[in-house]
Amino acid sequence: MTKGYDLSSGSLRELNANLQVSAENLSRQIPGTFGEWRVENPMGSHALAVGLSGPLLVDIEGSTGYYCGGMNKGASIHVRGSVGPGVAENMMSGRVFVDGDASQYAGATGHGGLLVIRGNASSRCGISMKGIDIVVGGSVGHMSAFMGQTGNLVVLGDAGDAFGDSLYEARLFVRGSVKSLGADCEEKEMRSEHKDFLKKLLEDSGFGDVEVSSFRRYGSARNLYNFDVDKVGNY
Amino acid sequence: MEESSTPMTEPQDSATFDAYTLSEIRRAAATGIYDIRGGGTKRKVPHFDDLLFLGASISRYPLEGYREGCTTNVTLGTRYAKKPLELSIPITIAGMSFGSLSGQAKESLGRGATIAGTTTTTGDGGMTEEERGHSKMLVYQYLPSRYGMNPDDLRRCDAIEIVVGQGAKPGGGGMLLGQKISDRVAEMRTLPKGIDQRSACRHPDWTGPDDLEIKILELREITGWEKPIYVKVGGTRPYYDTALAVKAGADVVVLDGMQGGTAATQEVFIEHVGLPILGCIRPAVEALQDLEMYREVQLVVSGGIRNGADVAKALALGADAVSIGTAALVALGDNHPKWDSEYREMGTRAGCYDDWHEGRDPAGISTQDPELARRLDPELAGRRLANYLKVMTLEAQTLARACGKSSVHNLEPEDLCALTLEAAAMARVPLAGTTWYPGKESF
Repeated sequence: MTKGYDLSSGSLRELNANLQVSAENLSRQIPGTFGEWRVENPMGSHALAVGLSGPLLVDIEGSTGYYCGGMNKGASIHVRGSVGPGVAENMMSGRVFVDGDASQYAGATGHGGLLVIRGNASSRCGISMKGIDIVVGGSVGHMSAFMGQTGNLVVLGDAGDAFGDSLYEARLFVRGSVKSLGADCEEKEMRSEHKDFLKKLLEDSGFGDVEVSSFRRYGSARNLYNFDVDKVGNY
Repeated sequence: MEESSTPMTEPQDSATFDAYTLSEIRRAAATGIYDIRGGGTKRKVPHFDDLLFLGASISRYPLEGYREGCTTNVTLGTRYAKKPLELSIPITIAGMSFGSLSGQAKESLGRGATIAGTTTTTGDGGMTEEERGHSKMLVYQYLPSRYGMNPDDLRRCDAIEIVVGQGAKPGGGGMLLGQKISDRVAEMRTLPKGIDQRSACRHPDWTGPDDLEIKILELREITGWEKPIYVKVGGTRPYYDTALAVKAGADVVVLDGMQGGTAATQEVFIEHVGLPILGCIRPAVEALQDLEMYREVQLVVSGGIRNGADVAKALALGADAVSIGTAALVALGDNHPKWDSEYREMGTRAGCYDDWHEGRDPAGISTQDPELARRLDPELAGRRLANYLKVMTLEAQTLARACGKSSVHNLEPEDLCALTLEAAAMARVPLAGTTWYPGKESF
């Protein structure tokens, strides 16, 4: 069952409360719960569809402000527009799919799930990522994947300055150019297991026609994992 | 014939190059590494000891000890939260991480706080079951690292504290060194075992007060506007930080002076950045008053709170509650003389041990070593903390009654005088025996 909600005549609180209850009820398999919500006139609202804990489908018909889909846990959120800063921040699981572009900090600190941005993502995409998979159809700005702990960031376009700076164990894949690598980030061999993984992730993200052999892989050189005074110049 | 001798002057220590300074220069020269330690500033700074209560006299009459009531309860989060926190005492336990502290220590803090009717607080590294299970009221810190952050814990906490900074290192992040990264700590923080774990100095997805306002909105939306939201800042620009936190929508402002402890940071940072808490309270209160938010947004202050006199003085200057960290650890058993021989084996002594980051704490508190951690009995340590909180509360009540107050929250700056010019200026209370303090227009 699909339920519509027009934010031009409703309130953010009422909408989020409804979405959160539906998601929770779905996770408990309570009969009669709306499994799909369509949000009209989001009007760039902040904190839209946040804190959903359950397998709800949310279709947002337009662009959103900050933190759309924040702390998502299990829901599938499709934004038919662009998103402001911090889309899907700290996502645990589920999917957030953005047709347009994303501002700063897309997928910040995400612990899991899949974030797909069809357009470009601004700076610090995937900052401090902790297990999330992020696929960007366009390019990403500077300091993307900064302090990325684990998870995967895939960029079909180019990456900006200081890519993967202070990286831990996150894996980065870029098809285009990388303006510069950040501290302790280095190019790694793209082995067959990486290609297999990437192929599957691209298919799941709607980019199944993209050739994986055109990507290069980056990861941590692991030289800065333990403090060493003789390496302070590398930070 | 008498033997001629030239009188010798006594060897003289340099005030500038004192023994500690010389040892630090030698240590730096030998190692090439700056000194890292835990705790807060060890230098003497203007503090609550520099204030005195005036007590009752002809113009004010006191209340009878043991007979007339003096309330201590306080409610935090009255501005927006649907479920504000009702504390029995105006003393809370500050945020300290699992990782820097053992699971037993976290459990002890929860047990002690619960007996006393107050809150304890998580720290960097997420929420542990020991802590949640033994804390009736638990404040969940929302930190830049977001280690262990998840919506389930956000919903099962009782308040959320957005940490912008802390008094020991305003503007600084943290580093949990590899030796304290056990399997459990590594898993909670989603990082490999044994590597140094950096805690970022600023939040990854917001910058500045306008963003903070939206971040607070998001957290409220996720938690149904139920939880009080605190904003914690290190004491640097207390007037403006308090005003901006209020503007951003905080229910509670937590202000931490430079005496407030940290698990580990550079000595130079601890000793040379930030303000003593004494210099923070009045500007913060002034900001709340200017915004007509005094008592609607509650002010919690911390940094060097040791006894009921400190509590009473902080409240008299305008705080709604105080928070303790270092003192709480001491109550649990940190730096206890019974471990002196083990402290000495590490080149220090009981009372001075501050290498908390090394994870070798013989008291079983700032460690992840299971053998050492087992030395701390959470039930007993929790009881000690509860006793200590009770004593501090009784002391604060004693002082409040002496000033004629039926609530510790009725204490006011007019009940105080200062022993030093510095304290008078910072606390904006008269120098003892005068009606003047620096900054006041006329003598």
